[in-house]
Amino acid sequence: MRVPLWKIAHARSGDKADRADIGLFAWDAPTYAVLKREVTPERVAAHFREMCDGPVELWPLDNILALKIVLNRALQGGAARSLRMDNLGKVVAAQLLRMEIEAPADLPRLRAS
Amino acid sequence: MKSVRVGAGLGFYGDSWQPVRASIERGGVHYIASDHLSELTLAILQKDRQKDASAGYARDGLPMLAELWPLAAKHGVKFILNAGGLNPQGAREAIARTFRDKGWKATIATVSGDSVLEHLDELRAAGEPLAHMDTGAGLDTVRSRMLFANAYLGAQPIVRALEAGADIVLTGRVADAALSLAPLVHELGWRWDDWDKLALGLTVGHLLECSGQGSGGNFGSAAEWAQIPDYAHLGYPIAEVGVDASALFTKAPGTGGRISFDTLRQQLLYEVHNPHAYFSPDVVLDMATLKFDDQGSDRVRVTGASGSARPATLKIVGGYHDGWMGSGIIGFSWPQAYAKCEQASEIIKTLVAERGWAVEDMNVEYIGYNSLLGANADPTYRDQLNECFLRMTIRTQERKVADAYGRLFPWLGLSGPPYVGSMKGVQGAKELLGIWPALVRRELVEAKVEIAVEKV
Repeated sequence: MRVPLWKIAHARSGDKADRADIGLFAWDAPTYAVLKREVTPERVAAHFREMCDGPVELWPLDNILALKIVLNRALQGGAARSLRMDNLGKVVAAQLLRMEIEAPADLPRLRAS
Repeated sequence: MKSVRVGAGLGFYGDSWQPVRASIERGGVHYIASDHLSELTLAILQKDRQKDASAGYARDGLPMLAELWPLAAKHGVKFILNAGGLNPQGAREAIARTFRDKGWKATIATVSGDSVLEHLDELRAAGEPLAHMDTGAGLDTVRSRMLFANAYLGAQPIVRALEAGADIVLTGRVADAALSLAPLVHELGWRWDDWDKLALGLTVGHLLECSGQGSGGNFGSAAEWAQIPDYAHLGYPIAEVGVDASALFTKAPGTGGRISFDTLRQQLLYEVHNPHAYFSPDVVLDMATLKFDDQGSDRVRVTGASGSARPATLKIVGGYHDGWMGSGIIGFSWPQAYAKCEQASEIIKTLVAERGWAVEDMNVEYIGYNSLLGANADPTYRDQLNECFLRMTIRTQERKVADAYGRLFPWLGLSGPPYVGSMKGVQGAKELLGIWPALVRRELVEAKVEIAVEKV
């Protein structure tokens, strides 16, 4: 089934120069396995195609059930030259949580709801 | 068994120090590590210094110490803060003056030498290209517009200041985590090539450097943020590190917020690029081997840090003038709030075009609809909004264009679409800054680092 990430994960984002960076965290191990498979750099790049002009990098971290995602050239040159309200990229994580992936219906968080 | 407790101070210039009081009173801390400098805070301080040569330091260091020092002195707590900004000596003089007036005693040290703006040509003559780390662009493209340029120093000079007996260490730009790593090295006698221990210290510093973000603040989640207890009295994180090279994270009893696996791992990855090689001046951390043992009751033990040798270079961050931003905001109520914002944006675009202004970029956002979520905003209820604000910004090289642009908006109140609110005055031009990250051989900078100690 199609599932938005906010139902199964949590996330925080920030800025460094012209990069927005996101930590995406599974609430549990079965969900982490799904995130690792479904949240690919290509899909993230497509989700952020309007704001991210550079490549998307992604590192899985099994020890903390997390994906580290970096959007290059995503902040109009950097926080202090950006024209946006969210010049610091703090809401980029919320944008990611709206992305939908294919996930089994029996993930713990989906069963609970 | 000897252990050291470091508590988070501020997480940015303008943060609150009220939670620091609880850490000192009830958190058992020995040191407060306070971070006042975000990537571009130095641009603000540079403007202060241009107006007044004795300024150029973060102004919140002094009132924080003026309020907390009697309590800190009673508990034997030392402060390490980068509030020196571009003028650590100036910050020390201001603090020393206040301490003398109040009859307080303290040994105050400064660490300086991080500013390289005055040495850029010298560094290039020594063979450092100082090219942009990400784009490879040459420094010449921005050299004449550079407003500040500072190297991130490591923990070593702070440790030297502590060895000299400092109760308060004021630095300029240092790696944020160095503020916490230094007291650990100093108290626990870590060697500068014990990479795993230094990596644990870097982990501690990184988890403390954003104050409340390490203890449940800004917990990015769909609904779970509402379960963080008592935001109004959120306690800042505290780390206790012992000789066994593990770190116990907690916060002062009776404070709000939460220390858990979830709140800590959000902060662990915050503003990190490659988590397998998190660079600092003192060590490179691989986050993939860290283990988090959540013991409940706001206690999490972190072990397993692995580090590798420190880099041969230091990172410089410079900021350069990059034009001006003009902006205007206007709010419309139902009916057709969004449609009226859209119409207003077309009117403004027409006026800008007719004036022939040199505008490099224009950003159109609808506050209440997409100003934060951008292209990922959900349009389902766009045409039924109760109210909507139009925000339009431009980038231009001409300050007078940026100023004139803001003056286009009030006119819409009488001559545009109906039901306008929020006319709160015109927004003037705001200077925009480009950021210039570069690498420099560390010995070229470290040779100029100075530590000065003053007993008050």
